Amino acid sequence: MPLSDVWSDPNVRWVLLGCMLLGLSGGVIGSFTYIRRQSLTGDVLAHAALPGVCLAYMAIGAKSVWAFVVGAALAGWAAVLCVGLLVRRSRLKADTALAAALSVFFAFGVVLLTFIQRGEGGNVSGLDAFLFGQAATMTAGDVRAMATLSAVVLAAGVLFFKEFKLTGFDPEFARSIGFSAGRIDALLMSLVVVTVVAGIQAVGVVLMSAFLIAPAVAARCWTERFGRMVALAGVFGAVSGWAGGYAGTFSHQLPTGALAVLAASALFVLSLLFSPRCGLLARAVRRFVQRRMTRAEFRRAAVGVKKP
Amino acid sequence: MSDLIILLTGGLVAASCSLLGSFLVLRRMAMVGDAISHAVLPGIAAAFLASGSRDPIVVLPGAALMGVLAVFCIQWLRQSGVQEDAATGVVFTALFAAGVLMVSLFARHIDLDLEHVLYGEIVFVPYDELHLFGKWLGPRALWFVGATFALNAAVVAIFYKQFKLCSFDPLLAASLGVPVTFFHYLLMALVSLTTVAAFDSVGAVLVVGMLVLPPATAYLLTDSLARMIGLGMAIGVADAAIGYGVSVALDASTAGCMVTVAGVALALAFLFSPKHGILMRPKIKRA
Repeated sequence: MPLSDVWSDPNVRWVLLGCMLLGLSGGVIGSFTYIRRQSLTGDVLAHAALPGVCLAYMAIGAKSVWAFVVGAALAGWAAVLCVGLLVRRSRLKADTALAAALSVFFAFGVVLLTFIQRGEGGNVSGLDAFLFGQAATMTAGDVRAMATLSAVVLAAGVLFFKEFKLTGFDPEFARSIGFSAGRIDALLMSLVVVTVVAGIQAVGVVLMSAFLIAPAVAARCWTERFGRMVALAGVFGAVSGWAGGYAGTFSHQLPTGALAVLAASALFVLSLLFSPRCGLLARAVRRFVQRRMTRAEFRRAAVGVKKP
Repeated sequence: MSDLIILLTGGLVAASCSLLGSFLVLRRMAMVGDAISHAVLPGIAAAFLASGSRDPIVVLPGAALMGVLAVFCIQWLRQSGVQEDAATGVVFTALFAAGVLMVSLFARHIDLDLEHVLYGEIVFVPYDELHLFGKWLGPRALWFVGATFALNAAVVAIFYKQFKLCSFDPLLAASLGVPVTFFHYLLMALVSLTTVAAFDSVGAVLVVGMLVLPPATAYLLTDSLARMIGLGMAIGVADAAIGYGVSVALDASTAGCMVTVAGVALALAFLFSPKHGILMRPKIKRA
């Protein structure tokens, strides 16, 4: 589809809008988890959402975004609690606890999925889409739900920006001036869960974690200011969402979610190479210049030694 | 007969995974196992596409190489100043997305679907048979899982001392002249190989459960590495067997049931381990 026709086709418009909103909220929330070194927690939450979504579907018997939010939130919460419990009350380390919670929840979700698939024929394809997403099938209603969720997430991100920033960079200080780090952590985890649920239909459970990680890491390359990083991550996320959605319109065989994730990864690679601050190219240039300057200095010093 | 073959395949996968997983758990690299199990997907797809067959002889090395490449990328990103968790996350999600794209683009040509790669279908293992020179040799997957297990067991047995030292004290290992980096990548190569070998039966995504859960359970039960490995393998095999039984009884996904059972085993060890269980600890203190 040519670029100029994109906005005139209502279906495509909804899909693109949905993907962009998703990337935007993913980038913003991902920045908060990034500074806490909790990027992989998003991955765990994304996987843990599966049993929650399946249980919600089994309880209601139909696809309903709001029921899925509740189910995924409960499952995500349970997973985070399990990780915390394993880390605090046993000798297992954080990485093992994360991997354990991720795999067990996801496995349980897969078991539930087979139950659902056996149950009835009609809605099977709808649930399959949760794993890898099927942005092309999104309707205006779906996008409206996604937009609402993204708006809630973004609003919370803006509203609690100071709190997230403070507890992220200096939890001790935050506690000493009276912020409840536990409550703010809980809020952030809930926002991650909501973002994941919003993205389930467009990119799917498995790839959603990429939206929480790649834009934030890419943005980190360009700035040292946290506020700018959050904004930039949002932009990167929205751009990659748009790119994925647009590329997906060319053929029904193209998975929109995977394309969007690849776009986000490409942005990250470009940032890693070309950003002026931490880019590898800039670093190489700086090293080259430094070497030249040192060499020049040596030469000058040598000349100085020769002429007493 | 087919029950026996499935049990044998599942057991061998579980034993291979627990054997290597013990080192991953001890080296705090459990999430790298997760990353590898996602990252091999493009390797599997590319190998299928290039060879046009599902023959594991072609698929195994190509895909395993991808896993090592992913670890290499993560290491390189960390050295260029990217946070460790973010580096892991970026690399494996990008590779996994590439794999999803390849599979959905070429699905028609390569007789491979996403669900199969991700969740595996151990139930079909008995029906894919290996014939060599016109002779019936049994199920194909069983041979490859068995060969992988034999390779893993041989490598770990030969280099047990080195692996142990590198896991507990890499600095001491380096100062004694053990090539730490070499053993690091050797372990990663074995993990990717095992992941690929296992994807047919338990699926690429759930392999991480088999890699991490049984060793973690064993880790809560014992303090010796040798015992942890042995116990982990026994627990893994038991998890696989019980999981298969549950899946037959419930008519549900086999891989899902195996990993769920492994999770229950971990929860039991967490609660009731004689030494480290949270319900047993107060008693010991009182005594």
